Amino acid sequence: MKRISRAITYSLLLCFTLAGCKRPPNNDEFAGIVYCAEGSPETFNPQLDTSGTTMDAISQHLYDRLIDINPSNGGYLPALAKSWHISTDGLVYSFELRDDVDFHHTDYFAPTRRLHADDVKFTFERILNAQHPYHRQGKGYPYFDSIGWQANIAAIKVTAANRIEFHLLNPDSAFLSSLATDFAAILSAEYAMQLIAKQTPDLLDNMPIGTGPFKFRSYQKDMLIRYTKHPTYWRHAVMLEQLVIDITPNNTKRLAKLLTHECDVVSMPQLNELPLLKSRTDLAVDTQTSMNVSFWAFNTDKAPFNNVLVRQALSHAVNRDDIIRAVYSSEADLAGSLLPPNSWAFYHDQTMPSFDIQKAKQLLREAGYPNGFRMDIWAMPVQRAYNPNAQKMAELIQANLSAIGVRARIVTYEWNTFRQKLRQQEHDSVLIGWSADTADPDNFFRPLLSCEAARSGSNRANWCDEEFDALLSLASLEADPAKRRHYYLQSQQRIVQQMPLLPIAHSKRFLVRNKAVSGVHVNPFGGISFAEARKNH
Amino acid sequence: MILHYLFRRLFLLSFVFLAMTVFTFSLSYLFPGDPLSNFSGLQYYASDDKAQLRAQFGLDANYVTQYVMYIERLLAGNWGLSFSSGQPVLPELISLMPATLELAAYALFVSLTLGIPLGLLSAVRHDDWIGKLISNIAVVGYSIPMFWLALLLIMLYSLTLGWLPTSGRLSVLYEIPPQTGFMLIDILIADVPYQTAALQDAFYHLLLPTLVLATYPTTVMIRFTRDSMLSVLEQNYIKTARAKGLSRSQVLYRHGLRNALLPVTRQVGLQFSSLITLAMLTEVIFSWPGAGSWLIDSIYQRNFPAIQAGVLFVSSLVVIVNMFTEIMHTLLNPLARKG
Repeated sequence: MKRISRAITYSLLLCFTLAGCKRPPNNDEFAGIVYCAEGSPETFNPQLDTSGTTMDAISQHLYDRLIDINPSNGGYLPALAKSWHISTDGLVYSFELRDDVDFHHTDYFAPTRRLHADDVKFTFERILNAQHPYHRQGKGYPYFDSIGWQANIAAIKVTAANRIEFHLLNPDSAFLSSLATDFAAILSAEYAMQLIAKQTPDLLDNMPIGTGPFKFRSYQKDMLIRYTKHPTYWRHAVMLEQLVIDITPNNTKRLAKLLTHECDVVSMPQLNELPLLKSRTDLAVDTQTSMNVSFWAFNTDKAPFNNVLVRQALSHAVNRDDIIRAVYSSEADLAGSLLPPNSWAFYHDQTMPSFDIQKAKQLLREAGYPNGFRMDIWAMPVQRAYNPNAQKMAELIQANLSAIGVRARIVTYEWNTFRQKLRQQEHDSVLIGWSADTADPDNFFRPLLSCEAARSGSNRANWCDEEFDALLSLASLEADPAKRRHYYLQSQQRIVQQMPLLPIAHSKRFLVRNKAVSGVHVNPFGGISFAEARKNH
Repeated sequence: MILHYLFRRLFLLSFVFLAMTVFTFSLSYLFPGDPLSNFSGLQYYASDDKAQLRAQFGLDANYVTQYVMYIERLLAGNWGLSFSSGQPVLPELISLMPATLELAAYALFVSLTLGIPLGLLSAVRHDDWIGKLISNIAVVGYSIPMFWLALLLIMLYSLTLGWLPTSGRLSVLYEIPPQTGFMLIDILIADVPYQTAALQDAFYHLLLPTLVLATYPTTVMIRFTRDSMLSVLEQNYIKTARAKGLSRSQVLYRHGLRNALLPVTRQVGLQFSSLITLAMLTEVIFSWPGAGSWLIDSIYQRNFPAIQAGVLFVSSLVVIVNMFTEIMHTLLNPLARKG
């Protein structure tokens, strides 16, 4: 008997001593940063997707672009291109490339040469040329399709090993900005040709090779992405040995991991958690004004949403002030247009539909729906910078709509499925949004509401309006900023008249990090960058 | 005699499998959506391929033929493709199973090493405070909702004290190639310079989930061992042994313990199914990347082929383990063979 009790006492003691030890700090040699993200990327090639989740997970880590956007003033900075020149007629853009850029050397690819103009040509020919061996791989090029980029390129010419020219059919004032987006990442032509020889071309988009600060090591879907440093990164030496993206869709779990230091950097904190996070001495909260908008888009191809009166009625029925308070904890601006107020083309005198139940009822009567109707509101299952809680927003709107006799049902799916179904235009209406990739206003209008975007599936309102498209074309052909602004003001008025979507809010972007981590940059126009990040022990 | 018994058991087992496969087969029709998608796992296919695919899955034949083809596919290891990853479901499930089994095995180990001695102790000392204390603790542990306990432990040990991690099997900064799927074994056979640190880290990740998962089976073990021991101690042969002059501890070890533990071995098998169910909950709470959280994700994603495969796989596992312990119990206890 004594022996039994002694054994129990010892085992209990053992348990307590083990539980009492502190967790060991991470080994310095394998120092890295764990970035906890809210979702899995859909692809490892930025050309093939537009979602912020994908871009945050891949673009700035693996790739570089010809030029970058200066985050402080929206101008352009040299990147892989040392310099560029635009012909006087605005039709030829020529770039001079750097000659000291190495591609990633990995288990699956050993580059034999540095960056060459052929790589740039390959990257864009893939999008442009329907006969290109890689063109049909993937589900299209959503960003480039949505702005109709391909239609305006006459030719891409390599004039020397480090020189490349883009010949346009019509002048396009937004052309440079499209090359500076995260989507215009430069791929390796040499790697692509090797894959064709091995008959495994699909690896190009799953086992990526780029020139960025980190190279791909492994990926487990919905769990983690592991990157290791690119030792010969052309810009500067990379401090981190590895960068791990820990995929944690659940908000509360992400927060818990931050508090236990399992995550060093966390995206998309809940806005109502910010006061708690700010009060911690071991954490820092970075705020970034961000070019984004959240909106409620109506599928204008479906009845009754093909009736402009119905769309206006629904817009009058929604109390957007309540949404700002309840969903954004007042950490966002009420949308006065599709464009955020810090855009140079923002229309200050725009009047958005007021919250007016009587007006909404009257419009519904005029539209021929005096007793309302049934509809679906699709709410995103994930948090995005522009919308931290689409579910809650949908519930508020649902309550608002019941006041005018419209019975709404809230629909949601897992994120990738949700996006697929949206692309097939299966929805009645959807709560979603957009984060801009460039400072150019065109980047809001064209991917969201143009006819090309309706065809490529990124136009959530499925709205194709000739007058609106004509205004966009006029604006992009125009080089004079004052005249461009005039066209953009008109297009904003057109949106409010036709109401294919109701802009709701412009949110700020927050990033929470462990104070030991520094050098993490969030670009207002794109993904998060760890190139200069470091962690002090 | 024993062969006859085994034969009878296996015969019964085949009926259980028949019922289970008929159920999972009919799920393809009961789930929303196209049975062809549910069987094959192909959500999008060219309309030209449809006729060929239907023929391949025998969907134009009668239900009995379809069922036979379904069984053939199951036996060939072709369990369909997952909607969410597009990969075959069975290898995906098998690769995740070790994580669940590992967790369940440690919890079972804890429940045996703690539960049986504590149960014996509380039976032997059932009159004084120590026996009562153990019984009371067992009742509390038995009735506390597991997810609530898990959250309390996370709040205390992870969020407030910062001692233990809240999720996963290993800090993501350690890169351990998965070979067996059992984390501790993988670390031991991995050729990495940070082996000790990784092992320690894996151990810290294991502590809370194991503790939470072990709570319920441990308390069941305590109560069961206690009751079994108490009833054995009432038997006449114990009194006889005491009357013969054997000491108290000799009686306990030679006559009491052996007989009291017989029903406990059977209980271990019966615990397996509740252990697997609880392991799924634990996995979700601690983001443990095992078959349980995979199955629950599949439900959320309406991933029908995965749900079907998961249900069949887990229930088969439970039935087989139960059967196995039943047989073991019979081999150890000749009395049970008669019934």
